[in-house]
Amino acid sequence: MRNYLKYAVVLVLVIALLALGGIGCSTKEEGGATPTPAATPYKVGALFASSGFNSTLGQTQKPTVEMMVDQINKAGGINGHPLDVIIYDTKSDTATATTLANKLIEEGVVAIIGPTSTGESMAVKTITAQANVALVSCAAGSVIVEPAGNNTWTFTTPQLDYVAIDRIYMYLQEQNITKIALLTDTAGFGAAGRKWLVNQTMLSKYGLTIVPDGDQTYGTSDVDMQAQLTKISGTAAQAIVCWGTNPGPAIVARNMRTLGMTIPLFCSHGIAFKSFIDTAGTAANGVIFCAGKLPIVDQLPDTDPQKALLEKYKTDFEARYGEGTANTFGGHAYDALMMVVDALKAVGPDKAKIRDYIENNIVNWPGTGGVYNMSPLNHNGLPSDAKQAMILVKIVDSKWTWLQD
Amino acid sequence: MSSAQFVQYLISGITSGSIYALVGLGFTIIYAVTKIINFAQGEFVMLGGLVSFTLIYRAGIPLVPALFLSILIAAAVGAAMYLLAIRPPKKASVVSLIIITIGVAIFVRGIAGQVLTKEFISLPYFSSEQPIPFLGAHIDTQALWIIGTMVVVTIILHLFLTYTMVGKALKACAINPVASSLVGINPKTMALIAFVLAAAIGGIGGVVFAPLTFMSYQGGIMLGLKGFVAAAIGGFKSPLAAVFGGLLLGIVETFVVAANWGPFTSDYKDAIALVVLLFILLVRSGRLAEEERAG
Repeated sequence: MRNYLKYAVVLVLVIALLALGGIGCSTKEEGGATPTPAATPYKVGALFASSGFNSTLGQTQKPTVEMMVDQINKAGGINGHPLDVIIYDTKSDTATATTLANKLIEEGVVAIIGPTSTGESMAVKTITAQANVALVSCAAGSVIVEPAGNNTWTFTTPQLDYVAIDRIYMYLQEQNITKIALLTDTAGFGAAGRKWLVNQTMLSKYGLTIVPDGDQTYGTSDVDMQAQLTKISGTAAQAIVCWGTNPGPAIVARNMRTLGMTIPLFCSHGIAFKSFIDTAGTAANGVIFCAGKLPIVDQLPDTDPQKALLEKYKTDFEARYGEGTANTFGGHAYDALMMVVDALKAVGPDKAKIRDYIENNIVNWPGTGGVYNMSPLNHNGLPSDAKQAMILVKIVDSKWTWLQD
Repeated sequence: MSSAQFVQYLISGITSGSIYALVGLGFTIIYAVTKIINFAQGEFVMLGGLVSFTLIYRAGIPLVPALFLSILIAAAVGAAMYLLAIRPPKKASVVSLIIITIGVAIFVRGIAGQVLTKEFISLPYFSSEQPIPFLGAHIDTQALWIIGTMVVVTIILHLFLTYTMVGKALKACAINPVASSLVGINPKTMALIAFVLAAAIGGIGGVVFAPLTFMSYQGGIMLGLKGFVAAAIGGFKSPLAAVFGGLLLGIVETFVVAANWGPFTSDYKDAIALVVLLFILLVRSGRLAEEERAG
C-alpha cells in the first residue's frame, strides 16, 4: 500500500512538472528545415552558448540560425543544395566548445560559425585553423582576430571591444568629462575590456584620467555592488564606465539609484538586449551604451545602407519568436552565417575557397553589425573608426533612443 | 571613510546579512532536528524568486498572491524532498543523507533551469523605488522589507518554538530524539515539519530578495554557501545564533570590500565567507571535540 502511495506522489509530481513546463516554455521551436531532395546538402557547423553563464548572449543565436536555414531552404537552398547547419550547445564552457569543434570537423562541415564568447572562440580557433576550416566567431574580443597575419582561418562579426571603448571615450570628451571611474566584471569580456579601458594611450587620446580608488571590479556572481559604488561616490569621478554583461550592469544601475548617485553610467554593447531594461527597471533610464544599429532601427533614416536588412531581420525574428526578442547578439550569428552562405553560393563547398572568399570578397557588404570590408589585414571587417562603426544608445523612458552627437 | 559612507556600508552589510541569516535559519532548523546539513537550502531561496517570477509574468497572477503561493510551493518542495529523498533510505547514515541533499540541490537547480527560466530575473519592488535618505546615506525600501522580514520571521520562529506544542516537540526532538519518542513525539513527523519550515523560510528569503537584486537558477549555490557559513558561525545551535552569524558575515564582507586592503579586493568578496568559515572551524574545533567527548 505504501508503495502505491509513493508511485502516486511521483506521478503527481511529474504531471505538475509537465504542467509548469507548459507555462514556462511559451516560445517553443516548431518545424524543421524542409530539405530539397536530390542535391547533397551543404553542411555548416555552429557553436553557441545556448545554456550556461553566457546564455543571455547566446540564446538568440540558435533561433536566428534555425530561422535562416528555414528561409534559405524554403527559397530553394543554395544553388539548389539544401543548407544543413549542425548546431551544438557549448554550455558556455571552453572545454566543451573544443570537443564539439572537433566533432563538427569530423562530421565534415565546410565552415564553423560561433562560438558566442571570447574565451570559447580563443579555445576553438586553433583547432579550426589546424583543420583548415574557416571560423566566423560571434565574440567581440579583438584578441580573436588580431594580429590578422596569425589568424588566417579566423574571422569575427561583432564590433571589437577597443572600438566600443574608443566610441565611449570619444563621447566623454565631447561632454567635457575628464575624470572617470571604472567598474568591470572580473570574467572574460569584462577583464579583456578593462585592459583597454585602463590603457594610457587610449585615456590620454581623449584627455581622460581614472580617479584614485576609481578602478573597481566585481565578481560575476556578485548580487550587490553598493560597496564598490559607495567607494566611487566618494571620489571626484564625473562618470562611471561599467564593462560586463548581464546581470552585473543592471545591478550597478539599480545600486546607483539606491545610493542616489546622479553621475552618468556608460556600458558596453554587452547590455544591448531588452532584458537589461526589464531587469533594471526604471533605474535603466539614463544609461548610455554603444552598440550596432539594431536597437534603434526604427529611428534610422531610410538612406542608411543597413536599414532594410535590419528591419527584415527584426520583423522576421519577432514574427517567429515574439515581440521584442531580436537583439544584436542574434545579429552577430546572422552576419556570420550570411558570410558563409554568400561564400557557398559563389565557390561551393570548398573549405579553402570559402576562407578566401570571406577574406577577399566580403567588401562593402551590409550586415546587422555594420558594413563589412574584410581584407587579409582586417578579419573583422568593420571600420576601425569608432564613430562609423558604432552608435550610442541612451535609455529614455525604458526605451532605446539614438544618442546622436 | 566619511560617516555617511560608513552608514551606507553598514546598511548594505545588514541587508545582505539578513538574507544570509534567513538561509542560515533553515540550515539550523533541519540540523537541530535531524543532524543533517541540508545543502539544498539555497535552492529554496532560488525557488522563491524564480517561482514568483513565473507566476507573476507568465501565469499573470497578481504580486501578493503570487508571493504567498511561491512560498507555499517552496515549502511543498521541502516536504517532497524529505518524503521522497531523505525518508526512504532507512538505514542511511547522516553523511549519506547529507550527500543526498547535494543531489537534490543539483536536481532542483536543473529542473528550475529547464522548467522556469534560464534568464536572470527580477521582481518588482514591494513599495516605492525611491530610496529613503538616512544619516547622509540612502536606504532602499526593499532593503527595509528584507531586514523587516528577517526580524519578523526570527521572532515568529522563536515564539513558535517556545510557546506552541509542535514547536516544543521540535525542540524536544532536537535535544534528545530517543527520549522524545518515548513520550510520544514522532521524530519522522518532526523531521518533515523541520524540512517544510526550512523550505518556507528559504522561499520567503527568495521572495523578498529577488526585487533588490537578480535571481537565476544557479543563484542558490552561493546563497546556500553563505547561509551555511552563517549557521556555522552560530554553531548550528540556535536560530538566534544563525541570525547573528548571517549579519556578521554580511557586514564583514561589505567592509572588507570597502577597505580594499591588500589582497581583499572585491574580486575575492565570495572568498571572505570561506576565510571566516576556516577561522570559525579552527577556533571551534577544540571546543566541539570537547563537547563530543562530553556528549
